[in-house]
Amino acid sequence: MAATDNPCCQNDRNPQDYSMLKPSLSAALIIAALSAFAQTSPVAYLGAKIIPVHGDPIEQGILVIDAGKIVALGPLGSVTIPANATHVDVTGKTIMPGLVDSHSHIGGWPGFGADDSSPIQPETRVIDGIDARDATVQRAQSGGITTANIMPGSGNLVSGQTLYAKLRDVGSIEDMVITLPDGRMAGGVKMANGTNSIKQTTHAKFPGSRAKSAALVREAFVAAGEYRDKLALHADDPEKRPARDLGLETLVEVLAGRRTVQHHTHRHDDILTVLRLKREFGFNVVLQHVSEGWKVADQIAAAGVACSLIVLDSPGGKLEARDFAWRTGAVLEKAGVLVGFHTDDYIVDSRFFLRAAALAVRGGMSREGALRALTINNAKILELDDRIGSLEPGKDADFIVLSGDPLSAYTRIEQTYIEGQCVFDITDPADQLFADGGFGASAPTAPYLCCYSTQIDFAQNH
Amino acid sequence: MNPFICFLALAALASSTLSAQTLVVRAGMLHTMAGPPIEDAVVIIANGKIVRLGPAASTATPRTGRVLEAAVVIPGLIDAHSVLGLSGQLNQPHDQDQLDRSAPLQADLRAIDAYNAKEPLVEFSRSLGITTINTGHAPRALISGTTMVAKLHARTADQDVIHPQRMITVTLGQFGIPSDASSTGKSPGTRPKSLAMLRADLVKAQEYAAKFLLEDKTKHPARNFHLEALGRGIDGSQPLLVTAQRAIDILGALRLAREFDLSIILDGCAEAHLALDEIKASGFPVILHPTMVRAAGEMENISMTTAAKLQAHGIPFAIQGGYESYAPKTRNVLFEAGVLVARGLTWDQALASITKSPAQILGLSDRIGTIEPGKDADLALYNGDPFEYTTHCLGTVIDGQLYPGEDDHI
Repeated sequence: MAATDNPCCQNDRNPQDYSMLKPSLSAALIIAALSAFAQTSPVAYLGAKIIPVHGDPIEQGILVIDAGKIVALGPLGSVTIPANATHVDVTGKTIMPGLVDSHSHIGGWPGFGADDSSPIQPETRVIDGIDARDATVQRAQSGGITTANIMPGSGNLVSGQTLYAKLRDVGSIEDMVITLPDGRMAGGVKMANGTNSIKQTTHAKFPGSRAKSAALVREAFVAAGEYRDKLALHADDPEKRPARDLGLETLVEVLAGRRTVQHHTHRHDDILTVLRLKREFGFNVVLQHVSEGWKVADQIAAAGVACSLIVLDSPGGKLEARDFAWRTGAVLEKAGVLVGFHTDDYIVDSRFFLRAAALAVRGGMSREGALRALTINNAKILELDDRIGSLEPGKDADFIVLSGDPLSAYTRIEQTYIEGQCVFDITDPADQLFADGGFGASAPTAPYLCCYSTQIDFAQNH
Repeated sequence: MNPFICFLALAALASSTLSAQTLVVRAGMLHTMAGPPIEDAVVIIANGKIVRLGPAASTATPRTGRVLEAAVVIPGLIDAHSVLGLSGQLNQPHDQDQLDRSAPLQADLRAIDAYNAKEPLVEFSRSLGITTINTGHAPRALISGTTMVAKLHARTADQDVIHPQRMITVTLGQFGIPSDASSTGKSPGTRPKSLAMLRADLVKAQEYAAKFLLEDKTKHPARNFHLEALGRGIDGSQPLLVTAQRAIDILGALRLAREFDLSIILDGCAEAHLALDEIKASGFPVILHPTMVRAAGEMENISMTTAAKLQAHGIPFAIQGGYESYAPKTRNVLFEAGVLVARGLTWDQALASITKSPAQILGLSDRIGTIEPGKDADLALYNGDPFEYTTHCLGTVIDGQLYPGEDDHI
């Protein structure tokens, strides 16, 4: 856990947050400070309604965490609390897993991803363009989001490598990455079809039609397959081995199933094109947005492909979203498709991610399915469900404390915890600014270095 | 499916000539917004107007007439500032009539000449409970045009309009300054230039009006509809709706109003929380930005607690759907007001901001905004708390005419 590598920075997460270190403003602040300081001793959260997502809700529960992991949970009285645990009374609150956003542009959008020089740029990496101190990251924390798939845009057929990031309070994107067992950074590759990447009238190298879009993608994957085969054939012959191509290497990862395609697609025929390309090349793909998914739910189900849905306040805004409807989640759920939601922040503000599930329930989706779609299903979409997405012993201690039911318009997110660390606390005025907005709520968070406790210090010393 | 929903759908099919018919609306809870809520209430509607209402047990109910039932009934919602019907859902050139950029000051543009009553978002908005909108040109030019007030019958502009020239849409700040201002030379390039151009045209409008008072008709100037509209802005019959997001622009609007003795309506007001005392002192109402609008650029400092602060300061305000250049193409005031309940407003205050309060700001509180005898029969019917995300709108009644709820749209 990167957070413990740099405990000094953990405490100085935000200069405006200085009040956290003063005598308490409230009990919750003490808790926040404790969890920041004292990750070595367990914490027991007592009395809340717990929605573990994995398993039935617990009306009055206990959640025990230690060293950034969930140790135990269950009804009050059924869980043995370690003798050295700090007790936190959260009676009347609701606890559920930290939200997982499977499609987001927080961190300085639109400043990252592929440019307009060519339609296919798998070599670009979104991590090179993310500003971890952008206010959107703190807003997302206040919206209960603990893990996000931060993606480049949809203006290219292949717009680059995405990053599955933990929204840790560290101010550095390097410390927000999730490292896979093989040492790679967790992430997918962003692709798109439909009108966003059809822009030949302004950019000659780009496709001018849907069929050309698909044709260019086929060419790219064929080239990647040939590159892979040549590498294998000439593995021992430096002279015949092809020169390294970082873009093709990425597509080879895709062909090998080691990197999942996160595919922007709205219209039903574009969705079917993605499924066709998947059949031809065999890559793993998640459909993103899927505005007309309700028209082709059976085909999506038959392909065994997961969907990450955007939930908008009204249909339209662009031609391809004309037939967007709140029923999509319900229709796909009934067809047996794995459904997640996303914010597409800045399209939908991360602070309203819970609302996506509520509106999907309005459209006919089951309550349980909608809550899964915010958490464990998105964890599956990001292939991280062994460590996040539900409250289970052994998983990361990523959870949120709510004032009430997660699908109610009247509920507020009060605290967000990532790996046991409190990254958002509504009783802290500096955090509340990002939750509610106000002067400065869109400004990047000030420098974060451990030796400078205030912005003024920083300005005077640099 | 709820059988009642089926019933509503059937009723709507036959509703084209229903407005003269008697409707009996039974409500588990009736929020009239003119008094305390009434449990087990009934509203009697005839000829498009509310005839009487009260507890079902003690209110005379006609034997004939169509009966509707809903758990919660509230006044039809009012969107105090929208571009609905001008800015269509497809976002293609053919359905975008909210902005003409041939000149920076065009108070002669009339919303009614662009309002598409058949735009799908009109029906969509109605299906969630909106019955009246103040709609017009987008806040993206110094004077982008005017607004009209329409009922969401979705017939034609001429049939649905209830006030054809309600306000003049003025935009201060960056939204009123086109990105190519310096190259076109016609538009303002700075905030001071925006105000200078407004002052110049307001002076012209004063002089134009004065010349028309001359007895010698040969000395009357040629008709100029732009200046005539501004004249109505000055005399208050068609007030300026001044979109001012930054505090600097709010103060600019108040300065202009003082100089010309204008009665204006402040709009947007992303930074109203920085100018509360000045707004309060002006006495002008605020049509506040949508609560969930994207916090970026000119609106980076929006706060979801501003509405509560306006309320605490006694500043009259309404919540708007506003203008969106991209998805979501329209925001719904039902949701924009609902989230305010968890951010400092009471339930009643939030509902007032999209019913009673906008009716007052639009100068139409004699007809709409509350459920009272003699007022237009505009109601929204829900199967639960209207602000809860998982509640459904079962139908709306506009001028006594029943329209289907959201089930066809979700």
